[in-house]
Amino acid sequence: MSDSHSSVAPTGPPDPRAIEEARKHVRTYLIVGVALLCGTLLTVWASLINFGSREINIALALLIASTKGFLVAGFFMHLISEKKMIYAVLSCTVFFFAALMYLTIISMSHGSIVQIR
Amino acid sequence: MEIPYAVKPRPDTGLYNAKLGIWLFLASEVMLFGALFSSYILLRVNAEEGTWPHHWLNIWLGMTNTIVLIVSSVTVVLGWASLKMGRFHRYKFYQGITLLCALVFLGIKSFEYRDKFMHYEVHLKDGRIADGHLQPGTTKEKVVLEGRYVASHADLMEGKVHHEKEPILEIPRDQIVSMENYGPWHNTYTAIYFTLTGLHALHVLGGAIVIFAIWGPLARVWELDPERYTNRIEVSGLFWHFVDLVWIFLFPVLYLL
Amino acid sequence: MQPAAHTDARARAPHHAEPGFWRKYIFSTDHKVIGMQYGVTALLFMFFGFCLMLMMRWQLAYPGRAIPVVGRLLASVAGADMVGKDAAGHVGVIMPDLYNSFGAMHGTVMVFLAIVPLAFGAFGNFVTPLQIGAPDMAFPRVNMVSYQFYFLGGVIMLASFFIPGGAAQSGWTSYSPLATVTAAGQHPNGQTFWILGMVCLINSSLLGAVNFITTIIQLRARGLNWMRLPFFVWAQFVTAFLLLLAFPPLEAASVLQLMDNLLRTSFFLPTGLMVAGQAVHVSGGGSPLLWQHLFWFLGHPEVYVLILPAMGIVTEIIANNTRKPIWGYRSMVYSVMVIGFLSFIVWAHHMYLTGMGTRIATFFQTTTMMISIPSVIILTALFISLWGASIRINTPMLFALGFLPMFGIGGLTGLPLGFNASDIQLHDTYYVIAHFHYIVAPGTIFALFGGIYYWYPKITGRFMNEFWGRVHFALSFIFMNLIFMPMFVQGLEGMSRRMYDGGATYAESGGVVGLSKEIVGLNVPISHAAFALGLAQIPFIINFFYSIRRGRKADSDNPWGATTLDWQTPTPPPHGNFEKPMEVFRGPYEYSVPGHGRDFTPQNEPEGQEPSLHGNPVRS
Repeated sequence: MSDSHSSVAPTGPPDPRAIEEARKHVRTYLIVGVALLCGTLLTVWASLINFGSREINIALALLIASTKGFLVAGFFMHLISEKKMIYAVLSCTVFFFAALMYLTIISMSHGSIVQIR
Repeated sequence: MEIPYAVKPRPDTGLYNAKLGIWLFLASEVMLFGALFSSYILLRVNAEEGTWPHHWLNIWLGMTNTIVLIVSSVTVVLGWASLKMGRFHRYKFYQGITLLCALVFLGIKSFEYRDKFMHYEVHLKDGRIADGHLQPGTTKEKVVLEGRYVASHADLMEGKVHHEKEPILEIPRDQIVSMENYGPWHNTYTAIYFTLTGLHALHVLGGAIVIFAIWGPLARVWELDPERYTNRIEVSGLFWHFVDLVWIFLFPVLYLL
Repeated sequence: MQPAAHTDARARAPHHAEPGFWRKYIFSTDHKVIGMQYGVTALLFMFFGFCLMLMMRWQLAYPGRAIPVVGRLLASVAGADMVGKDAAGHVGVIMPDLYNSFGAMHGTVMVFLAIVPLAFGAFGNFVTPLQIGAPDMAFPRVNMVSYQFYFLGGVIMLASFFIPGGAAQSGWTSYSPLATVTAAGQHPNGQTFWILGMVCLINSSLLGAVNFITTIIQLRARGLNWMRLPFFVWAQFVTAFLLLLAFPPLEAASVLQLMDNLLRTSFFLPTGLMVAGQAVHVSGGGSPLLWQHLFWFLGHPEVYVLILPAMGIVTEIIANNTRKPIWGYRSMVYSVMVIGFLSFIVWAHHMYLTGMGTRIATFFQTTTMMISIPSVIILTALFISLWGASIRINTPMLFALGFLPMFGIGGLTGLPLGFNASDIQLHDTYYVIAHFHYIVAPGTIFALFGGIYYWYPKITGRFMNEFWGRVHFALSFIFMNLIFMPMFVQGLEGMSRRMYDGGATYAESGGVVGLSKEIVGLNVPISHAAFALGLAQIPFIINFFYSIRRGRKADSDNPWGATTLDWQTPTPPPHGNFEKPMEVFRGPYEYSVPGHGRDFTPQNEPEGQEPSLHGNPVRS
């Protein structure tokens, strides 16, 4: 694909090191993309297999989803090389999300609720 | 005085303002969808045994949508990389595919929604339940469904993975006690399904509009300030990836489990 | 037209042509204008919320009697089913449904439309960029949109009073299934408006939070490292995080409740729900407790949103009027961060009576007890800051000093509520009302009043009248205590919240144990004190407007002799705040530094340039 010169920024062509960086990243993106597509097929296939207990299906689906999520977050969103400030914000978020989910569900699980007869 | 670090990163944090801003916003979105996922888990865990449906959604359409969003995520990030390399037209091409994928996703989603609204559970006076999709032959006197009869509501909880053609049922309206389609009101599963996917679809739409605006009408910013433009692509790309990330969890949770 | 030689320079440097009226005052992106927009709007809402309370207090003191003057007006707005006639035939008696809607909206308006927009939106917006040496917020246009969402949310909330069925009636907490079944025949009803209004307000806060956090992290001036930040900025920073991460679950819950109300879903409606003897035609399978968890997940951090900015304001005023550094600044900073963190994991102490089971209740009880520690540390540090100080008494300082014991009472009375066992007696009684009002009314609102008197000279170049300011303080202090102290007694005796008849139904009668006449009778002096509190605000309102043009002129840009950067600007600060980038050389409270000529050293004063001992001390 030929790029016309008029689309190059007025401040001059980008620094060749930046171009090489970007090219390396492109390879990574494509590999991750393929991995994500495989993961999708895998999770559908796994969901159709009967492992005996529902829990295994759930665990497997969440494992595959988490891996895919990690790939998107880590590589597409560049989290794997992000700054400390972003990590700090996200760690707090993850902790509070986990607290919301976990504490709410425990508070309302059948084992906890006081039966009033 | 101009606002510092709008384009160039601040040395000690290594971030430009909009990058921090979008991550903060995404943190709040994690809490938003997180609350909805927590609600899903809670409603499902506390549901009576045998009342939570399985395979009510077309997993092939869902899988297609998953693939569509993954492709769009790849093209978003390839578009950004193209800009980093100074190749504006290549970016335009990739981002165009992103927008196309967004349209396809929303189109498939609309089709799925319509399918649910056409799917009826009809309770008859003789105790049978007819369950199927509304057909064109429906009139004031009779309801025509493509579906099946079942003896009890519990029989409807297991859906089918592969859909074959089902018989046509003609039901006179005077035989009907009640009739309800599979909208959000049908049970808590459809309620949380429509809410989660509806909110997600709104985010897809919003993201697509912003990406389109930067790609189309605002493209001349590239000429004036390429770094600022590239940052906008990065920031909107982060939002788009988040939307993809949510779907990566939505799909197995709602369609497969 | 500019000659060609200038065009390049103009293209590079941002050129601000003088904006027209609309751009300058209505659609402004300047944080100071936006701060004042928030301030004015919030004060108007506070007045409105106060009036709702006055009408409720009339009903509590004189159940069944028509409200004088206002009663007829109320009847013409709300209709005959909401406003009835008393025994003498006068129109203007609040009916139970209207009382409930006043109660729900008093809480909603005060919390979401008055206090938070004033503490965070107004003070936060105006002062924060100035105190960190920034030209504006990181995202000025987003800031403008934040205000617009707030305004829209406020309009929706107000409009709900005028629709058939009236405003929301299910408490500011909007518990399901009540919030869904009330006025269910009406579409849209007050609850729907409440939900839509909340969605607007939540989005306003989320955008504001993103702006504040980014601004404080990214736009601090050179040399302004974290431990040199004024405590006010730290408080706003943590507050912004609370808003960012705690509001979204309520937004989610609001969407779910909206769907329950409009689309007949059953997120929060249990199976087998009966209303007025009839089964409700919904699918069931939902959980009312789910609403409570999602609501209180926001609800608890929200109360810290109410208090933290106030602590920030009080700290600034105390440092300035003691002429010495704040004692324990570092501890206060760590404490405010710990409060922010812990506030996310205490929420179910609002739900002790829902049958959660002892294990999880103990968890929340533990975290609740833990969070009292950093709060006490902050209060203690402020008290100790007074020790050995050369205390300068003026109106802002009176409010700041008043805040300390009042917040102390409010905080300490929270402890029996935080313990599961004692909460069984106190939950949903007037004790709770007294507890949180002590924190917000003679607590936060005192700090906000103090802040208004304190920063007034920076905005207008004039002081508010000192005599009337002290009158405002003294009367407010007395009457607030007269209102809320008796409520502790009522609550301990078991008087429930949200009772339209002020407890008459549960009063003792002929051998039946109930609320004593004295307890119910306390409603009368409490209401009188509330009316008097309203009157006590009149000098403040007059003072506020009168002093804009006629107040005593401030003799300099820094009339209080303050060290922080907000006072090192022209008055009022121009667009862009600072001529050139600021540089900071020291901490925020360098007062009375030995060897320096003045009793304060501004943060941005370069090293070695402090005036000698022969400089003039600053007048109060």
